[in-house]
Amino acid sequence: MTAIRHQPAPDGATLAFLNATIGYDGHPALHHVSATFAPGTLTAVVGPNGAGKSTLLKAAIGAIRPIGGEVAVSGCRRNEIAYLPQLAEIDRAFPLPVFDFVAMGLWGRRGAFGGFRRADDEDVARSLAAVGLAGFEGRLLDTLSGGQLQRVLFARLALQDAPLILLDEPFTAVDDRTTHELMDVVAGWNAEGRTVVAVLHDLDLVRRRFPRALLVARRLIAEGDTAAVLTPDHLAAARHHVEAWDEAAPFCEAEHTP
Amino acid sequence: MTAADLLSAFTEFAFMRRALAGCLVLSVAAAPLGVFLMLRRLSLTGDAMAHAILPGVAAGYLLAGLNLWAMTAGGLAAGLAIALLASAVTRLTPLREDASLATLYLVSLALGVILISARGSAVDVMHLLFGSVLAIDDTALVFIGIVASLTVVAFAVMWRPLVLECVDPGFLKAVGGHGALVHVLFMLVMVLNLIAGFQALGTLLSVGLMMLPAASARFWTRSLGAMTALAMAFAAAASGIGLAASFAANLPSGPAIIVAAGAIYALSIALGPSGGLIARARPARHRTG
Repeated sequence: MTAIRHQPAPDGATLAFLNATIGYDGHPALHHVSATFAPGTLTAVVGPNGAGKSTLLKAAIGAIRPIGGEVAVSGCRRNEIAYLPQLAEIDRAFPLPVFDFVAMGLWGRRGAFGGFRRADDEDVARSLAAVGLAGFEGRLLDTLSGGQLQRVLFARLALQDAPLILLDEPFTAVDDRTTHELMDVVAGWNAEGRTVVAVLHDLDLVRRRFPRALLVARRLIAEGDTAAVLTPDHLAAARHHVEAWDEAAPFCEAEHTP
Repeated sequence: MTAADLLSAFTEFAFMRRALAGCLVLSVAAAPLGVFLMLRRLSLTGDAMAHAILPGVAAGYLLAGLNLWAMTAGGLAAGLAIALLASAVTRLTPLREDASLATLYLVSLALGVILISARGSAVDVMHLLFGSVLAIDDTALVFIGIVASLTVVAFAVMWRPLVLECVDPGFLKAVGGHGALVHVLFMLVMVLNLIAGFQALGTLLSVGLMMLPAASARFWTRSLGAMTALAMAFAAAASGIGLAASFAANLPSGPAIIVAAGAIYALSIALGPSGGLIARARPARHRTG
């Protein structure tokens, strides 16, 4: 991946949640969370369904405003964050070649009207090769398998050259080999000094490949070294969280000052 | 009647030449609109907007008679008002966009017909609804030219964000592209083209010159650029054939052009190599890898 960048490694970006409460319709999906993702760290966000993991990432890109507290991004602008949503609303019936789709990752460099130079074409080709899809430039999106589409999304993500990368369940519905190869790509981004946050369910994968972890269950259960976070006690505490939606839940009186 | 006779309609009569020129220029602008309407699954929205502009056109007609600029201003205002109203109803009530658009355009169409019949005759109603080649005078030609030029420029400017808005709107939003702005510009260009088309095709059928060639082109290629170029060619061919038939058999020009486009569409469904019926039925050869 190093080959595709022309400028020096980005200065690290920091993502920080300062006593942040984030939710929908006044009901918190995440309650008073304080956590910091330091520059150049590789962190897995884990927790049961409905724990607020995706909400955490959506708040980071600014798609949801926190009800209270603060979500701070430093080191890059919000629209420079590379974000892979859980269910990207991609219209795969649109007859677009893989090249054009991946090249959109250069939006930050070329925008809506900028012409593509030879170097851009080469970057796209290199980015595709890095995810194992060399020669796929002319294929249309609707001819790709699920795993191939995920590789294509990773290739586009790489072209965004973002200092902060957020991945929401990137390996769901992807086979072991693809997961392994894409995980190497993620580790490569991290080695280049990028801050990477990934929502994951596979705890084995997290233990093997992620130095840091964050365990949430509508509130922060534990944060830190993966081995210290993924203990039986912590995981049991996370499982106990209540997923029920209490329409008449009392208002929270806790202070929101960070 | 021979082909030479049909051709002579264009060589002999200036109004036929003007109609042909107008329709050919319209084809250039309508094709990319139709391709994107189809790919964004907005085909019926285009249809609804075509109905929606009628009361505006009628109001212009009531105030100033068959005056191009008055009818254009009215149609533009009505089209934008309906588009904005529909999205407001969608946002403020549980009604979905398709339902709110359908209710609004039906009311709009009824209002338009009432407005026209309040002053004019049934001939006027027919003229506005279905078009007439005789209506394409020099002013109308200039107007069609302006609209087509604006359309081509607009597509050149918004092509990349428009494609991205279709394929992956979430990504466009994340990188700070103005998806909503692109959508509004697209709708504006569509309303302008519907108005430019109504002299020749009428308000009801001017969307046909967008949709039918685009839907036909889809059966021949899967490349966006080729699809657009092919849609232009189909629209131009339908214009020529339709106008000639309308002259020869004394048919209203709008329906004649749309029926010609429909014939091209039927041929494309049958013969098109990309998903056409015959291509589908034939056993396909496959490669080794």
